[in-house]
Amino acid sequence: MSDDIYREIILDHYRNPRNKGKLPGADISTHDSNPLCGDEIDIHMKIQGDRIMDIKFEGRGCAISQASASMLTEMVINKPLTSVKDIAKMDILENIGLTNLGPARVKCALLALKVMKLGMVNYFASKDPESAEILEKDSKSL
Amino acid sequence: MGKQLNQDLDVLRIREDFPILKRVLRGNRRLVYLDNAATTQKPLFVIDAISNYYKNYNSNIHRGVHQLAEEATLEYESTREKVRKFINARSQEEIIFTRNTTEAINLVAYSWGTKNIGRNDCILITEIEHHSNIVPWQMLAQEHNCKLEYVSVDESGYLNLGDYQELLNRNRVKLVSISQMSNVLGTIVPINKIIRIAHERGIPVLVDAAQSVPHMKVDVQEMDCEFMAFSAHKMLGPTGVGVLYVKKEILTGMHPFLGGGDMIKDVDKYHTYYNELPYKFEAGTPNIADVVGFGASIDYLNRIGMSAVRIHELGLIDYAMKRMRDIQGITIYGPLESSARGGVISFNLGDIHPHDLATIMDDRGIAIRSGHHCAQVLMRKLKVSATSRVSFYIYNTREEIDLFVQALYDARRLFKI
Repeated sequence: MSDDIYREIILDHYRNPRNKGKLPGADISTHDSNPLCGDEIDIHMKIQGDRIMDIKFEGRGCAISQASASMLTEMVINKPLTSVKDIAKMDILENIGLTNLGPARVKCALLALKVMKLGMVNYFASKDPESAEILEKDSKSL
Repeated sequence: MGKQLNQDLDVLRIREDFPILKRVLRGNRRLVYLDNAATTQKPLFVIDAISNYYKNYNSNIHRGVHQLAEEATLEYESTREKVRKFINARSQEEIIFTRNTTEAINLVAYSWGTKNIGRNDCILITEIEHHSNIVPWQMLAQEHNCKLEYVSVDESGYLNLGDYQELLNRNRVKLVSISQMSNVLGTIVPINKIIRIAHERGIPVLVDAAQSVPHMKVDVQEMDCEFMAFSAHKMLGPTGVGVLYVKKEILTGMHPFLGGGDMIKDVDKYHTYYNELPYKFEAGTPNIADVVGFGASIDYLNRIGMSAVRIHELGLIDYAMKRMRDIQGITIYGPLESSARGGVISFNLGDIHPHDLATIMDDRGIAIRSGHHCAQVLMRKLKVSATSRVSFYIYNTREEIDLFVQALYDARRLFKI
C-alpha cells in the first residue's frame, strides 16, 4: 500500500524542508530536472578543504523528490565531498524509508543525489580532470 | 453492426465488451480507468478485427493480385470510407492515414507549410495547444524566418477572441492552427466562428481534433476547415494510426511528405510521377492491421452514436464537477459550465503534487494522469508546473467517479490538509 509512502517523516520534510534556499558564494551549483514529472532540484555547496561546509537546495516537485533532497542535505553536511560518490540508490531509499517504490517514482527519490553527484564531478573536473574521471567511474551508479 | 441505439448508453453492457476493465490491480482493486484523453481502452471487437487480419488475410495492399492482397486492400480501403463518412468529408481522396495526430500536423507543416509560409509571414496558434501543435510550427518558423503567435486563454479557460482578431489584424497570418478541444482544460472552442473569421481574410485553418472527434459529432463540411488531424487510439482504435483530412483543392497542390513505394505512378532513373490522391501521401507499407482495427472502432462508435457518447460524457462531467467542488482545497481549471467542456477535468488539491496524488490513486486501482500533459505553454500560463487530470469515455460510470472522489478525500487525510 503506497499510502505508507506519505508517512509523517516525508510530509515533515516536504512541508518543512531542511537546508532549503539560496547559498551566496557557493563553490558548486548544479541543476537537473526530471522531464517526466517536472521535478526540479538545484544543489548549492560551499567547500572548505575537502569538506562540504554548507549546503542548500532549491526545487519544486512531488513530496518524494523534495523530501529526499531535504534528507540528503542532512546526510552530507560536514562530510568530505568525495563521500558523495559512495552514496548508493539503496542508501537514499532506506534513509527515506521507501525501499519498494515503483520505477517511475524511484527517479523522483534519486533526483537530488543525481544532481549532487553531477556537482561533485563537475567541481573536480574544473580542478583536476583526471581525478574527476576516476571519481565518476568509482561513483556508485543510480 | 445494427442501427444506432437510443440515446441512453447501456454502460454495463458496453463494459462487458472491454476485457481490460475486468483487470484487478494492486491487490484486489478493480481497474478504474480515467486516463482516456491519453488513450482509450479497446473493445474485443477491435482486438478481434486486428487478430482476424493476421490470422486470415495478412497481406500487403494495393500491389498483389492474389486473393489475400485483394481482401486486405478491400478492408484497408473500407476503413478510409468509414473515416470519410464519420467526419463527413466529400471524398475518400481527402483522407490520408498517418501514424498519429502529430505526424498528420507535421505532414501539413512540411508539405504545405514550407511552400506557403515565408519570411515575415505568421502562423497563428493558441495557448491551449498540445506540443504536437506547437513544435512543428516552431521548427517551421525558425527555418523560414516567420512568426509564431499565440491567441491567449483567459482565467476561465476560454480563448480570447478579441486577441484573435487583433493578432489577425497585426500580422500576415498564413495559417491558423488550433485545437478544437483542450486536452488539459477540456475547453471546447467556438471552432465554426474561428474558422469563419479566418476565412473572411482568406486564411486556411488546421483543426487539431485529437480530443474532439472521439467525443462528439464532427462534420468537416459544416466546419469548412482546410485541414483536420486526429488519432485512432483515442477513439477505441489501436495505436499507430492517425488521420489527416485535407480539402481536395488544397491537397491537389501539395507536395508529397515521404517518398517511396506505393506513392508513385511511375519511376525512372531521375524522375518520378506521383500516385493519385490520397496514395501520393502514403509512402511505404502502411499500418494495415491497425487501420483495419480502426475501421472496427468506427463501427463500434457508430453503433452507439456520437450524440449518445457526448450526452453520456456530459452527465459524467456534471456529476464529477459537482462532487469535486465540494472538496476543500481543490482548484479546478477550465470552464465551470459543463456544456463548454469535453470529458476532461484538470485540477490540483492543496499542496499535494499531482504525482503524489496519482500514486495515491494508483494504489486504489484508479488510473489518472499527472504532469504537464504535453502543454507546457498552458501550464506556465496557469502558473503551475503540473496538474492532475481525469478524463472519461463511454465505459465510465458514476460509481467510478465516487471511488475517485473517495480517493481525493483519502489523499486529503494522508496529507493532513
